[in-house]
Amino acid sequence: MQATDMPHGTLPLLYTFHFYLFGIIAIVSALLFVTRKSPVAAALWLVNTMFCLAALYVMLDAQFIGAIQVLVYAGAIMVVFLFVIMLLNLGRGEGPSDARGLAWKLAAGAVGVAMLAQIFAFTKAKTPEALTLPQGYVAQQVADEGVITPIAGPLFKDYLLAFEVTSILLLAAIVGAVVLGKQRSESAGGSSAG
Amino acid sequence: MLAEALFFSAVLFVIGVVGVLIRRNAIIVFMCVELMLNAVNLTFIAFAQRYGGRMTGQVFVFFVMTVAAAEAAVGLAIIIALFRHRHTVNLQNINVLKG
Repeated sequence: MQATDMPHGTLPLLYTFHFYLFGIIAIVSALLFVTRKSPVAAALWLVNTMFCLAALYVMLDAQFIGAIQVLVYAGAIMVVFLFVIMLLNLGRGEGPSDARGLAWKLAAGAVGVAMLAQIFAFTKAKTPEALTLPQGYVAQQVADEGVITPIAGPLFKDYLLAFEVTSILLLAAIVGAVVLGKQRSESAGGSSAG
Repeated sequence: MLAEALFFSAVLFVIGVVGVLIRRNAIIVFMCVELMLNAVNLTFIAFAQRYGGRMTGQVFVFFVMTVAAAEAAVGLAIIIALFRHRHTVNLQNINVLKG
Protein backbone atom coordinates (compact mmCIF):
# COMPACT_ATOMS: atom_id res chain seq x y z
CA MET A 1 0.00 0.00 0.00
CA GLN A 2 3.05 2.26 0.10
CA ALA A 3 2.23 4.08 -3.08
CA THR A 4 2.16 7.53 -4.54
CA ASP A 5 1.58 9.93 -1.71
CA MET A 6 3.20 11.44 1.33
CA PRO A 7 5.71 9.61 3.48
CA HIS A 8 4.13 8.20 6.59
CA GLY A 9 6.80 9.48 8.91
CA THR A 10 5.23 12.92 8.84
CA LEU A 11 1.94 11.74 10.33
CA PRO A 12 1.44 11.15 14.04
CA LEU A 13 1.24 7.51 14.99
CA LEU A 14 -2.10 8.07 16.74
CA TYR A 15 -3.62 9.37 13.50
CA THR A 16 -2.37 6.43 11.47
CA PHE A 17 -3.55 3.96 14.11
CA HIS A 18 -7.06 5.40 14.20
CA PHE A 19 -7.24 5.59 10.42
CA TYR A 20 -6.47 1.88 10.14
CA LEU A 21 -8.76 1.09 13.09
CA PHE A 22 -11.81 2.76 11.55
CA GLY A 23 -11.03 1.37 8.10
CA ILE A 24 -10.76 -2.18 9.39
CA ILE A 25 -13.97 -1.82 11.46
CA ALA A 26 -15.72 -0.54 8.32
CA ILE A 27 -14.58 -3.54 6.27
CA VAL A 28 -15.47 -6.07 8.97
CA SER A 29 -18.92 -4.48 9.40
CA ALA A 30 -19.44 -4.58 5.65
CA LEU A 31 -18.54 -8.28 5.56
CA LEU A 32 -20.96 -8.98 8.42
CA PHE A 33 -23.55 -6.90 6.57
CA VAL A 34 -23.50 -9.04 3.42
CA THR A 35 -23.48 -12.31 5.34
CA ARG A 36 -26.35 -11.68 7.80
CA LYS A 37 -29.59 -13.45 6.99
CA SER A 38 -31.88 -11.11 8.89
CA PRO A 39 -32.39 -7.81 7.00
CA VAL A 40 -32.56 -5.83 10.26
CA ALA A 41 -29.17 -7.12 11.43
CA ALA A 42 -27.74 -6.42 7.98
CA ALA A 43 -29.08 -2.86 8.02
CA LEU A 44 -27.59 -2.20 11.47
CA TRP A 45 -24.16 -3.47 10.39
CA LEU A 46 -24.39 -1.18 7.37
CA VAL A 47 -25.12 1.73 9.73
CA ASN A 48 -21.94 0.79 11.60
CA THR A 49 -19.96 0.87 8.33
CA MET A 50 -21.36 4.32 7.60
CA PHE A 51 -20.35 5.65 11.01
CA CYS A 52 -16.80 4.40 10.45
CA LEU A 53 -16.76 6.05 7.03
CA ALA A 54 -17.85 9.30 8.68
CA ALA A 55 -14.86 8.98 11.01
CA LEU A 56 -12.57 8.46 8.00
CA TYR A 57 -14.04 11.55 6.34
CA VAL A 58 -13.27 13.64 9.40
CA MET A 59 -9.71 12.33 9.44
CA LEU A 60 -9.37 13.23 5.75
CA ASP A 61 -10.20 16.90 6.53
CA ALA A 62 -13.83 16.65 5.37
CA GLN A 63 -15.55 17.43 8.66
CA PHE A 64 -18.72 18.82 7.08
CA ILE A 65 -19.16 15.77 4.86
CA GLY A 66 -18.59 13.57 7.90
CA ALA A 67 -21.43 15.30 9.74
CA ILE A 68 -23.67 15.03 6.67
CA GLN A 69 -22.79 11.35 6.38
CA VAL A 70 -24.03 10.72 9.93
CA LEU A 71 -27.15 12.86 9.50
CA VAL A 72 -28.22 11.85 5.99
CA TYR A 73 -26.88 8.34 5.48
CA ALA A 74 -26.82 6.77 8.93
CA GLY A 75 -29.66 8.94 10.21
CA ALA A 76 -32.14 9.29 7.36
CA ILE A 77 -31.54 6.80 4.56
CA MET A 78 -30.91 3.80 6.78
CA VAL A 79 -33.90 4.67 8.95
CA VAL A 80 -36.06 4.59 5.82
CA PHE A 81 -34.60 1.17 4.99
CA LEU A 82 -35.35 -0.13 8.48
CA PHE A 83 -38.82 1.38 8.29
CA VAL A 84 -39.56 -0.48 5.04
CA ILE A 85 -38.12 -3.75 6.38
CA MET A 86 -40.40 -3.54 9.40
CA LEU A 87 -43.38 -2.30 7.36
CA LEU A 88 -43.14 -5.38 5.14
CA ASN A 89 -42.53 -7.54 8.22
CA LEU A 90 -39.31 -9.07 6.87
CA GLY A 91 -37.26 -8.48 9.99
CA ARG A 92 -36.88 -11.99 11.34
CA GLY A 93 -35.41 -13.48 8.20
CA GLU A 94 -37.06 -16.83 8.72
CA GLY A 95 -37.05 -19.60 6.14
CA PRO A 96 -34.08 -20.73 4.10
CA SER A 97 -31.26 -18.29 3.50
CA ASP A 98 -31.62 -16.10 0.47
CA ALA A 99 -27.98 -16.49 -0.59
CA ARG A 100 -27.50 -17.96 -4.03
CA GLY A 101 -25.90 -21.33 -4.71
CA LEU A 102 -22.23 -22.29 -4.80
CA ALA A 103 -21.81 -21.57 -8.52
CA TRP A 104 -23.08 -18.02 -8.03
CA LYS A 105 -20.81 -17.55 -5.03
CA LEU A 106 -17.74 -18.74 -6.95
CA ALA A 107 -18.64 -16.50 -9.88
CA ALA A 108 -19.15 -13.54 -7.53
CA GLY A 109 -15.81 -14.25 -5.88
CA ALA A 110 -14.09 -14.33 -9.27
CA VAL A 111 -15.71 -11.03 -10.26
CA GLY A 112 -14.66 -9.54 -6.92
CA VAL A 113 -11.03 -10.64 -7.26
CA ALA A 114 -10.90 -9.35 -10.84
CA MET A 115 -12.33 -5.97 -9.78
CA LEU A 116 -9.92 -5.70 -6.84
CA ALA A 117 -6.98 -6.41 -9.15
CA GLN A 118 -8.17 -3.76 -11.58
CA ILE A 119 -8.69 -1.16 -8.88
CA PHE A 120 -5.28 -1.80 -7.33
CA ALA A 121 -3.64 -1.54 -10.73
CA PHE A 122 -5.42 1.77 -11.16
CA THR A 123 -4.24 3.16 -7.83
CA LYS A 124 -0.64 2.69 -8.99
CA ALA A 125 -1.25 5.18 -11.81
CA LYS A 126 0.69 8.44 -11.67
CA THR A 127 -1.24 11.67 -11.27
CA PRO A 128 0.17 14.89 -12.74
CA GLU A 129 2.34 16.84 -10.35
CA ALA A 130 0.65 20.10 -11.26
CA LEU A 131 -2.59 18.91 -9.67
CA THR A 132 -1.01 17.77 -6.44
CA LEU A 133 -1.65 20.03 -3.47
CA PRO A 134 1.05 20.88 -0.95
CA GLN A 135 0.88 18.78 2.18
CA GLY A 136 -1.75 19.91 4.67
CA TYR A 137 -3.32 22.34 2.20
CA VAL A 138 -6.93 21.36 2.94
CA ALA A 139 -6.32 21.31 6.70
CA GLN A 140 -4.86 24.82 6.41
CA GLN A 141 -7.86 25.96 4.36
CA VAL A 142 -10.21 24.59 7.02
CA ALA A 143 -8.20 26.31 9.74
CA ASP A 144 -8.34 29.62 7.87
CA GLU A 145 -11.89 29.71 6.58
CA GLY A 146 -13.80 27.25 8.72
CA VAL A 147 -15.32 23.92 7.79
CA ILE A 148 -18.24 24.98 5.59
CA THR A 149 -16.98 28.00 3.66
CA PRO A 150 -14.54 26.10 1.39
CA ILE A 151 -17.37 23.77 0.30
CA ALA A 152 -20.09 26.41 0.08
CA GLY A 153 -17.98 28.57 -2.24
CA PRO A 154 -17.75 26.17 -5.19
CA LEU A 155 -21.19 24.73 -4.41
CA PHE A 156 -22.96 28.06 -4.82
CA LYS A 157 -20.68 29.52 -7.54
CA ASP A 158 -19.29 26.85 -9.88
CA TYR A 159 -22.02 24.27 -9.34
CA LEU A 160 -25.04 26.48 -8.79
CA LEU A 161 -26.94 25.03 -11.75
CA ALA A 162 -26.33 21.47 -10.57
CA PHE A 163 -27.45 22.49 -7.09
CA GLU A 164 -30.72 23.89 -8.42
CA VAL A 165 -31.30 20.84 -10.63
CA THR A 166 -30.84 18.71 -7.51
CA SER A 167 -33.87 20.37 -5.94
CA ILE A 168 -35.97 19.40 -8.96
CA LEU A 169 -34.60 15.86 -8.72
CA LEU A 170 -35.64 15.64 -5.07
CA LEU A 171 -39.11 16.96 -5.89
CA ALA A 172 -39.49 14.37 -8.66
CA ALA A 173 -38.30 11.65 -6.26
CA ILE A 174 -40.88 12.65 -3.64
CA VAL A 175 -43.70 12.68 -6.19
CA GLY A 176 -42.52 9.37 -7.66
CA ALA A 177 -42.29 7.71 -4.24
CA VAL A 178 -45.81 8.86 -3.32
CA VAL A 179 -47.27 7.66 -6.63
CA LEU A 180 -45.52 4.29 -6.42
CA GLY A 181 -46.35 3.75 -2.79
CA LYS A 182 -49.97 4.82 -3.03
CA GLN A 183 -52.51 2.15 -2.18
CA ARG A 184 -54.48 1.54 -5.35
CA SER A 185 -58.20 1.85 -4.71
CA GLU A 186 -60.50 -0.52 -6.59
CA SER A 187 -62.63 2.26 -8.04
CA ALA A 188 -59.66 4.16 -9.43
CA GLY A 189 -59.03 1.33 -11.87
CA GLY A 190 -55.29 1.25 -11.20
CA SER A 191 -54.11 3.20 -14.21
CA SER A 192 -51.86 5.44 -12.13
CA ALA A 193 -49.27 2.98 -10.90
CA GLY A 194 -48.92 0.94 -14.07
CA MET B 1 -3.29 8.45 3.79
CA LEU B 2 -4.41 8.45 0.16
CA ALA B 3 -3.25 4.91 -0.57
CA GLU B 4 -4.90 3.49 2.55
CA ALA B 5 -8.17 5.30 1.86
CA LEU B 6 -8.18 3.98 -1.72
CA PHE B 7 -7.51 0.48 -0.38
CA PHE B 8 -10.43 0.62 2.07
CA SER B 9 -12.65 2.11 -0.62
CA ALA B 10 -11.79 -0.62 -3.13
CA VAL B 11 -12.44 -3.39 -0.61
CA LEU B 12 -15.79 -1.89 0.43
CA PHE B 13 -16.84 -1.47 -3.21
CA VAL B 14 -16.01 -5.08 -4.02
CA ILE B 15 -17.91 -6.29 -0.92
CA GLY B 16 -20.91 -4.36 -2.27
CA VAL B 17 -20.54 -5.95 -5.73
CA VAL B 18 -20.28 -9.45 -4.28
CA GLY B 19 -23.31 -8.75 -2.09
CA VAL B 20 -25.38 -7.72 -5.10
CA LEU B 21 -24.36 -10.92 -6.87
CA ILE B 22 -24.95 -13.45 -4.10
CA ARG B 23 -28.05 -12.16 -2.27
CA ARG B 24 -31.63 -12.60 -3.41
CA ASN B 25 -33.38 -10.34 -0.91
CA ALA B 26 -34.22 -7.19 -2.88
CA ILE B 27 -33.76 -4.90 0.14
CA ILE B 28 -30.30 -6.28 0.91
CA VAL B 29 -29.30 -5.96 -2.74
CA PHE B 30 -30.41 -2.34 -2.55
CA MET B 31 -28.37 -1.74 0.60
CA CYS B 32 -25.33 -3.22 -1.17
CA VAL B 33 -25.76 -0.52 -3.82
CA GLU B 34 -25.70 2.07 -1.03
CA LEU B 35 -22.47 0.51 0.25
CA MET B 36 -20.93 0.91 -3.21
CA LEU B 37 -21.96 4.58 -3.30
CA ASN B 38 -20.33 5.06 0.09
CA ALA B 39 -17.11 3.44 -1.10
CA VAL B 40 -16.94 5.81 -4.06
CA ASN B 41 -17.57 8.76 -1.72
CA LEU B 42 -14.53 7.74 0.30
CA THR B 43 -12.45 7.85 -2.90
CA PHE B 44 -13.75 11.34 -3.66
CA ILE B 45 -12.85 12.60 -0.19
CA ALA B 46 -9.39 11.03 -0.28
CA PHE B 47 -8.60 12.59 -3.66
CA ALA B 48 -10.05 15.95 -2.62
CA GLN B 49 -7.49 16.10 0.19
CA ARG B 50 -4.52 15.65 -2.15
CA TYR B 51 -5.50 16.92 -5.60
CA GLY B 52 -7.41 19.77 -7.15
CA GLY B 53 -7.59 22.47 -4.52
CA ARG B 54 -11.13 23.80 -4.56
CA MET B 55 -12.78 20.99 -2.59
CA THR B 56 -14.51 19.82 -5.76
CA GLY B 57 -14.41 16.25 -4.52
CA GLN B 58 -16.32 17.15 -1.38
CA VAL B 59 -18.93 19.03 -3.43
CA PHE B 60 -19.38 15.92 -5.55
CA VAL B 61 -19.87 13.80 -2.45
CA PHE B 62 -22.61 16.23 -1.47
CA PHE B 63 -24.34 15.63 -4.81
CA VAL B 64 -23.86 11.86 -4.62
CA MET B 65 -25.55 11.84 -1.20
CA THR B 66 -28.49 13.83 -2.56
CA VAL B 67 -28.95 11.48 -5.48
CA ALA B 68 -28.61 8.49 -3.14
CA ALA B 69 -31.39 9.86 -0.94
CA ALA B 70 -33.68 10.32 -3.96
CA GLU B 71 -32.76 6.86 -5.23
CA ALA B 72 -33.49 5.27 -1.85
CA ALA B 73 -36.93 6.91 -1.69
CA VAL B 74 -37.96 5.78 -5.17
CA GLY B 75 -36.34 2.34 -4.88
CA LEU B 76 -38.02 1.54 -1.59
CA ALA B 77 -41.37 2.70 -3.00
CA ILE B 78 -40.83 0.28 -5.90
CA ILE B 79 -40.02 -2.53 -3.44
CA ILE B 80 -43.20 -1.78 -1.47
CA ALA B 81 -45.28 -1.80 -4.66
CA LEU B 82 -43.62 -5.07 -5.69
CA PHE B 83 -44.29 -6.62 -2.29
CA ARG B 84 -47.95 -5.63 -2.52
CA HIS B 85 -48.20 -7.25 -5.91
CA ARG B 86 -46.19 -10.47 -5.39
CA HIS B 87 -46.07 -10.80 -1.56
CA THR B 88 -42.33 -11.45 -1.65
CA VAL B 89 -39.07 -9.55 -2.03
CA ASN B 90 -37.08 -12.62 -3.03
CA LEU B 91 -35.63 -11.91 -6.45
CA GLN B 92 -35.88 -15.57 -7.42
CA ASN B 93 -39.66 -15.29 -7.42
CA ILE B 94 -39.68 -12.08 -9.45
CA ASN B 95 -38.77 -13.42 -12.86
CA VAL B 96 -41.44 -12.20 -15.23
CA LEU B 97 -38.82 -10.97 -17.69
CA LYS B 98 -36.88 -14.25 -17.66
CA GLY B 99 -36.74 -15.85 -21.10
